[in-house]
Amino acid sequence: MKPKSLVDINDYDKDDIVRILESAARFKANPNSDLLQGKVCATLFFEPSTRTRLSFETAINRLRGRVIGFSDAGTTSSTKGESLKDTIMMVSNYADLIIMRHYLEGSARYASEISPVPIINAGDGSNQHPTQTLLDLFTIYETQGTLENLTITIVGDLKYGRAVHSLIQGISHFHPTFNFVAPEELHIPDKYKIFCDSKQIRYREFVDFAPESIETADILYMTRVQKERFTDLMEYEKVKNAYVLNNEMLNNSKSNLRVLHPLPRVKEIDQDVDDNPKAYYFQQAKNGIYARQAVICDLLNMEYHK
Amino acid sequence: MRKELQVAALENGTAIDHIPTEELFKVVSLLQLQKIDHRITIGNNLRSRKMGKKGIIKIADKFFREDEINRIALIAPSVSLNIIKDYEVVEKKEITLPDEIVEIVKCNNPKCITNNEPMKTRFHVIDKEKVILQCHYCELKINKDEIELK
Repeated sequence: MKPKSLVDINDYDKDDIVRILESAARFKANPNSDLLQGKVCATLFFEPSTRTRLSFETAINRLRGRVIGFSDAGTTSSTKGESLKDTIMMVSNYADLIIMRHYLEGSARYASEISPVPIINAGDGSNQHPTQTLLDLFTIYETQGTLENLTITIVGDLKYGRAVHSLIQGISHFHPTFNFVAPEELHIPDKYKIFCDSKQIRYREFVDFAPESIETADILYMTRVQKERFTDLMEYEKVKNAYVLNNEMLNNSKSNLRVLHPLPRVKEIDQDVDDNPKAYYFQQAKNGIYARQAVICDLLNMEYHK
Repeated sequence: MRKELQVAALENGTAIDHIPTEELFKVVSLLQLQKIDHRITIGNNLRSRKMGKKGIIKIADKFFREDEINRIALIAPSVSLNIIKDYEVVEKKEITLPDEIVEIVKCNNPKCITNNEPMKTRFHVIDKEKVILQCHYCELKINKDEIELK
């Protein structure tokens, strides 16, 4: 059975992911239609996230749906002590679907259990952000023509990076090979290595941003190494420039390589990479619109025929 | 030599034996014994050949449901549970952790929705042998020695 809500990327099996990506490709070819005419979608952002909210709202507006909601919980009844349950029950009277971001972990799962309308999790604390994973997968699929048997090099904060963990899970259905490149303090948690082992997924770990990790890759997925993640600031000072990608480093990379980043970028990709045709992070962000159109319409059972 | 009982015999009811002494009062609270008005005998720091010291609880005329009794496995999986009828042990029950635990355990993540909303907690038991739980909501894993009861 098709899932009713999207809370966690693991709510979707391989068929669900393929269905969403095929649908996203159709939306990319024709992003404007009246598919959501007469539908009201709520965007409840208990924690601000301008980038994600604008992407969702653009997705809806381009399909002629209407958006209600708030971008900051400071202006809502939750500051008066209203429970999440009451907010969700109230909004579900008004909207056909609820998109929510909340600072508390597990909030979207709980909302999906009590809400009569579908819930899309747009981030619950540091837990899950499944539409980010779907836009990442869509971008990989679009740039490589397949999701199968790709070598994916993931660089930066592999310990706390929510996007990284979900990407590993989401693409695990498609026989990837991973190169994990991270400083000692931020290396990939054991649970993901055990997960890879259980699915017979090959991976290698690198402490240095070695040329080999770039030259063998089909996808180079960069993430931010954040100062606040380090217990030892000396350690941060030592590694902060070690995971920065510049244009020269791409010289011997494969012709099909694309560089992705969940954004915002700080210093981890030099601006001189931006003009390289292998840089694809801005297109990746744009793909968020189409992946989100696909998820929204899927949950509302709106078929795209045109 | 006459065998002397350390705690008075039970005519009918449930006897929970071999409770680790430090867990005795947790078992009392897990089974919500403070809320029932059956006759209850509690003994602690009793001599035990197997354990050195042990606790025991006897509850007259009370027979627990499986899911109630299985809660004990969270903190003291090695207890023995005897059903007594007419002063005889008629059944010895094994206690096993259920696949899911609702309400009795607190999530250790202060940012978990269950600690911020009036709602029931829910955990999946992902390793019955080592007693590892995972919060259904925030996905935090909790090891046996980190388990806090609500």
